[in-house]
Amino acid sequence: MSEHSHKSEHHELKFWEKYIFSQDHKVIGIQYGLASLLFLLLGLGLVSIMRWQLAYPGQPIPFDKFVYPAGIVGVAVILIRGMKIGIHTLIGVLLISIAFLVKYLISNDTRVSDGIMLPEFYNQLGAMHGTIMIFLGVVPLAVGAFGNYIVPLQIGAPDMAFPKLNMASFWVFFVGGVIMILSFFLPQGPAQAGWTSYPPLSVIESQGQTFWLLGMVFLITSSLLGSVNFIVTIVQLRAEGLTWMRLPIFVWAQFVTSFLLLLAFPPLEAAGVLQLMDRVAGTSFFMPSGLVVSGTPLDVSGGGSPLLYQHLFWFLAHPEVYVLILPAMGIVAEIIANNTRKPLWGYKYVVYSIIFLGFMSMIVWAHHMYITGMGTAISVFFQTTTMIISIPSVIILTALFLSLWGGSIRFTTPMLFALAFLPMFGIGGLTGLPLGLTTSDIHLHDTYYVIGHFHYVVAPGSIFGLFAGIYYWYPKITGRQLNNMLGKVHFWGSLVAMNYIFFPMLIVGLAGVSRRLYDGGMQYAHAQAVLPYNEMMSIAAWFLALFQIPFIINIFLSLKKGKKVENDNPWDATTLEWATPTPPPHGNFLETPVVYRGPYEYSVKGSSTDFIPQNKK
Amino acid sequence: MQIPFTVENREDTAVYNGKLGIWLFLASEVMLFGALFSSYIFLRVGSTNWPDGSSILNIPMATFNTVVLITSSITMVMSWVGLMEKNYKKFSLYMFSTILLGTIFLVVKYFEYTAKFEHHLFPSTNTFLAIYYTLTGLHVIHILGGLIVNGYHLLFGKKMWETEPQRFTNRIEVSGLYWHFVDLVWIFLFPLLYLL
Repeated sequence: MSEHSHKSEHHELKFWEKYIFSQDHKVIGIQYGLASLLFLLLGLGLVSIMRWQLAYPGQPIPFDKFVYPAGIVGVAVILIRGMKIGIHTLIGVLLISIAFLVKYLISNDTRVSDGIMLPEFYNQLGAMHGTIMIFLGVVPLAVGAFGNYIVPLQIGAPDMAFPKLNMASFWVFFVGGVIMILSFFLPQGPAQAGWTSYPPLSVIESQGQTFWLLGMVFLITSSLLGSVNFIVTIVQLRAEGLTWMRLPIFVWAQFVTSFLLLLAFPPLEAAGVLQLMDRVAGTSFFMPSGLVVSGTPLDVSGGGSPLLYQHLFWFLAHPEVYVLILPAMGIVAEIIANNTRKPLWGYKYVVYSIIFLGFMSMIVWAHHMYITGMGTAISVFFQTTTMIISIPSVIILTALFLSLWGGSIRFTTPMLFALAFLPMFGIGGLTGLPLGLTTSDIHLHDTYYVIGHFHYVVAPGSIFGLFAGIYYWYPKITGRQLNNMLGKVHFWGSLVAMNYIFFPMLIVGLAGVSRRLYDGGMQYAHAQAVLPYNEMMSIAAWFLALFQIPFIINIFLSLKKGKKVENDNPWDATTLEWATPTPPPHGNFLETPVVYRGPYEYSVKGSSTDFIPQNKK
Repeated sequence: MQIPFTVENREDTAVYNGKLGIWLFLASEVMLFGALFSSYIFLRVGSTNWPDGSSILNIPMATFNTVVLITSSITMVMSWVGLMEKNYKKFSLYMFSTILLGTIFLVVKYFEYTAKFEHHLFPSTNTFLAIYYTLTGLHVIHILGGLIVNGYHLLFGKKMWETEPQRFTNRIEVSGLYWHFVDLVWIFLFPLLYLL
């Protein structure tokens, strides 16, 4: 179909049909992307406040130094170009609303008293940081944004299989996010039982937890709708000639991720429903008999099992780890192949490893529960499966490392992020092994070591992979390159700051400091030697927040000022998304693509260019 | 722009999009109810005094409901057969019966619940009743969802049947798969809660 006829077909779309309630996978992808980036920023903001208490326990937070200046800067930014409305208006409004939000939070003396953070507020920040980062930040960015935008393009489809369902999935996600945000404005604040929400604490907790559960039900529903859509799209809408073994690794990663979301999320939904019943209808699914709170016996029928919740929760939450990491791995694989100008090493091994990883991730969940007393035999089983699951991860990482061998590497900004992903994810993965062994886990369980381990996986791992994706696909989405200089500042700043935050956590954890201490371990003799690290980690965390500013500026500035791409394929890439016009129109391809070759045909002997697109005969 | 395989089967996968979608959705539903059934087993095995379900719950009413729901599955298939025979009247008749039977199920369930409430048997009374109300309540929500979708087909389906008959037939097939699943869940729930 030509572009002309296509335009005449769709000229009636109104603004809200095109940008708000859009059924186009690309618009939905961008909606997901912007929303999840905002949530990532919010999650980072929450932990930045929280880290003050860890660095300087019991000292008043210098809010006033930030709140009023932020508000004033916000007003100034809005007025910078007179009363003209543009992106700067958005930034200004954002700053003012952050100032108001912080002002609101500290004016409530159940949270902050004389400028000093109360333990309840500390717990709320911790719980909501985890929840927002995982369920509203990384997963929607990896699956909702990249999955939606890139997968249909890479398989040569005109859209997702169910566009209406796709739109519904975004708006259900949006409602879930709004509920989570609203819980901050409850008199007693949001949930404070951690992102894991273990009962009985979460059941006897204030009403913030009910909002958390409701929000989660929406987020889970959104994921389910999305994952059905992805799987059907990948199975049914692949272009002619695009066989399974010709799929880009990113599509494979999304495919397996969708199965994890589809099959692992419902047990958490079940756990959420049961916990909601415990809270609202007074049942005792997770409430044991004879529970006494603050000297008063609880008025519940009892007979429930807190351990049951942990099983249901981790049945989701372990596959969730792979939901966080697989799409990032897929993006890194795409970028490494493209920037080394040679085929990905061991394509088939990587594909089989991803599938095996997806399968195994369903049967390792109880390695989070070794010290619950669930029994030695069960622990041994889960220890064994946990050691087995490290094999495919290592195969994928090795394949990516070997792909670098002998390549003529282009150190573009996306490639820097992708390269940093490899050792950072390596540290994250390898530090996980001692946690998977039952004996060493006794010492390390619930210490800062755990925090250091999984932040290495998720922050300089997943999030770096996702940043790489933003820098890589931004030219396709907007038609302009992101600024290289700002990108490099963002990269090096984030990389150094993250290592200053997360590496000391491993050391503090090995010293035996619990992750749940409100004062960072000040009162414990065994923590004294490692206490100074707390301040260092906090300062690094604030620097990490500062180093996101060049990124935010870059995204907005490059929309108008970025270098225009010279053609539809600025990176000289092989996969199908680069065969579309820039930016891709509604319906994506000008003519239905046919695929003749594998995804990474770089530097093929006898070819005049060093890359051959998949749709070239 | 036309999304391929919304109506016709893709050659190498031999399904249309909607059918694959509903099977995946049902797979996730199996995990949802599977998790709840597992919770039931976990709680019951760990309990020292699990009550006898058959002495608390009303077996005749549940048996009647089982028959009602199985019959509704049959009428659901027959309504699809009606469309395959290009007989819209047959479809309407059987679809109406399906909805009627589903409603009867809900009415019986309503009387069952209120009878329990009158005897002060609430979810908070004990863990057996808690899981009984949760599982059957979730099942009732599924029935309601099915009734809404089927009601939509019955009331507003005529237009699509006249313009895109194959697509409409597919929709009924997909809704039918869902309806059979909801029926199947009840066939597990009935012995688990009432008899065992």
